[in-house]
Amino acid sequence: MPLRIAVCVKYVPDATGGRHFADDSTVDREDVDGLLSELDEYAVEQALQIADESDDAEITVLTVGPEDAKEALRKALSMGADRAVHVEDDDLHGTDALGTSLVLAKALEHIGYDLVVCGMASTDGAMGVLPALLAERLDVPQATLLSEVSVADGQVTGRRDSDAASERLQASLPAVVSVTDQSGEARYPSFKGIMAAKKKPVESLDLSDLGIDSDEVGLKGAWTAVEAVAERQARTAGTIVNDEGDGGKQLAEFLAAQKYI
Amino acid sequence: MTDILVYVDHVDGAVRKPTLELLTLARRLGEPVAVYLGAGAQAAARILGDNGAVKVLAHDAPEYTDYLVAPKVDALQAACAAVSPAAVLLPSSAEAKEIAARLALRVGAGLVTDAVDVEAGPEGPVTTQSAFAAAFTTRSRVTRDIAVITVKPNSAPVEAAPAAGTIEELAVVFSDQATGTRITSRTRRESTGRPELTEAETVVAGGRGVNGAENFRIIEALADSLGAAVGASRAAVDSGWYPHAHQIGQTGKSVSPQLYVAAGISGAIQHRAGMQTSKTIVAINKDAEAPIFDLADYGVVGDLFEVVPRLTEEIRARKA
Ligand SMILES: Cc1cc2nc3c(=O)[nH]c(=O)nc-3n(C[C@H](O)[C@H](O)[C@H](O)COP(=O)(O)OP(=O)(O)OC[C@H]3O[C@@H](n4cnc5c(N)ncnc54)[C@H](O)[C@@H]3O)c2cc1C
Ligand SMILES: Cc1cc2nc3c(=O)[nH]c(=O)nc-3n(C[C@H](O)[C@H](O)[C@H](O)COP(=O)(O)OP(=O)(O)OC[C@H]3O[C@@H](n4cnc5c(N)ncnc54)[C@H](O)[C@@H]3O)c2cc1C
Repeated sequence: MPLRIAVCVKYVPDATGGRHFADDSTVDREDVDGLLSELDEYAVEQALQIADESDDAEITVLTVGPEDAKEALRKALSMGADRAVHVEDDDLHGTDALGTSLVLAKALEHIGYDLVVCGMASTDGAMGVLPALLAERLDVPQATLLSEVSVADGQVTGRRDSDAASERLQASLPAVVSVTDQSGEARYPSFKGIMAAKKKPVESLDLSDLGIDSDEVGLKGAWTAVEAVAERQARTAGTIVNDEGDGGKQLAEFLAAQKYI
Repeated sequence: MTDILVYVDHVDGAVRKPTLELLTLARRLGEPVAVYLGAGAQAAARILGDNGAVKVLAHDAPEYTDYLVAPKVDALQAACAAVSPAAVLLPSSAEAKEIAARLALRVGAGLVTDAVDVEAGPEGPVTTQSAFAAAFTTRSRVTRDIAVITVKPNSAPVEAAPAAGTIEELAVVFSDQATGTRITSRTRRESTGRPELTEAETVVAGGRGVNGAENFRIIEALADSLGAAVGASRAAVDSGWYPHAHQIGQTGKSVSPQLYVAAGISGAIQHRAGMQTSKTIVAINKDAEAPIFDLADYGVVGDLFEVVPRLTEEIRARKA
């Protein structure tokens, strides 16, 4: 049987565009351009490399998101993934992290997997918790925040760097891993890849396909409620000086006036 | 009074500052009960008590060092069963966020990560978070009886508040998941002798403009004159000029110091995500159009190789 690799990818608002919230305090995903979360490109890349190293592997990319999220799947398919699964349902609007993990976990069980690969964090919510939540829900080991990863003989191994130490991890498959942006540059889709992606299958699922009650997700099912959203006050324009030889000295005077020295 | 659990982050028994900040926040919500996992609880209990912990639930087992995350989730779950807290506070480190998430699922708690403030509200804790590279501030509440909240460093002052800090042994039964991910080796990071980046009051950071590993000495010298931690942009880190552990930004550390000095850093959105909440921002950049100047309280348009050494000299002279 092939090694079944599932990659979770998120469709997010473009960080260089005007990201903002909608009236109901959820992220506005309608009026902004979206893209495949850049950090998930690293996940797709590592999945492709693991697949290359194995005799037989199949990569499914999975996303939970609105209609447009198909674009994220297309990008991943054009990088080289084999097929895609899109979970899409109006009742998903406003789902929190715990709810998202429920949907992803059910979808992963539906797809079947030996290895789940995630990015280290989305570039919008940026919580960095989804992979751990998936491991908890699926009852499999988590080997997360890896800057180096490999799979052999039913084991996943990798390196995890933290503040205090650099650690080597080992877990048996099935497992959930997440990879950091230190794991290796993601490849660009080739023209051939882009053409091939058009023919690859994209399966759409809704909540009923996954046996999830709509009360468990969406704003209704969320266990956190955003009560207020405010745009951060623009910083008042600071003092900008040109260095005419005494820029360092002037800066020191500013720091002294602010009691930093 | 309601109990508030505080997860103790420590390195071999040395309690890290963000944990003491959590104790300050916990006192706003109820009575802080600290959870200490690993060896060294006796020594840690003193400092935890001095900062308001009425009780320290302690447990030591090899699982905490030999396996990733899951054993600590088991322990916190046991602590929740022991005291029925209204909230569990953890620091916003990568590991603690993962522990928080899994714990929230197990105990049926709402989850908030990266809070920058926590206050008591009529319906439970109200948290403040910043979103989209700190362009927005949100206030959230958990709709469940229990909240699991991770808090960024430098979000609250450390305040002495003597309390008993009595150690109680926590009974922990490890789940099957506990031994799922083995840590097969660990290489400790050597201390630089400088303050910890995320906890530092002052951070001096260098970017692509520093133009070489050896030139980072200029940045280090400025940092040392200010008693600051050293940070770097991803461009500098990717060029191999400074270790990744010092990267500031979306995929690096998030810092919130009193003073942030950026030298030779343009101020890309991903960099801003990690430093925009700094109190005072100072920029040195030879390009007057660099976006970092939009954030700066004080900016010098100039060559960092001129400005930074002069500034360091000036600071040393003033301090002497
Ligand atoms: C500004 C902001 C603040 C938020 N605050 C909270 C909060 O405090 N509590 C809370 O419960 N929820 C919160 N949410 C909602 C939460 O971010 C989403 O529910 C999200 O789907 C899960 O978290 P994340 O995007 O942060 O994922 P992360 O945990 O950062 O993502 C890690 C990885 O998980 C995978 N992944 C994540 N989402 C998906 C997806 N939809 N489809 C496929 N793969 C995915 C990707 O591989 C990704 O790289 C917040 C959202 C935003 C935008
Ligand atoms: C998914 C993703 C995640 C990322 N995460 C991060 C992150 O965590 N942290 C991060 O920093 N970046 C991150 N980036 C990269 C980010 O987009 C920028 O590329 C990066 O921050 C640029 O670093 P820089 O400012 O040092 O370099 P540049 O943008 O090249 O700027 C260098 C600056 O130095 C100035 N300069 C040059 N010489 C001198 C001199 N002699 N004196 C004074 N000034 C001089 C120039 O005018 C210029 O403004 C991420 C990108 C992506 C896509």
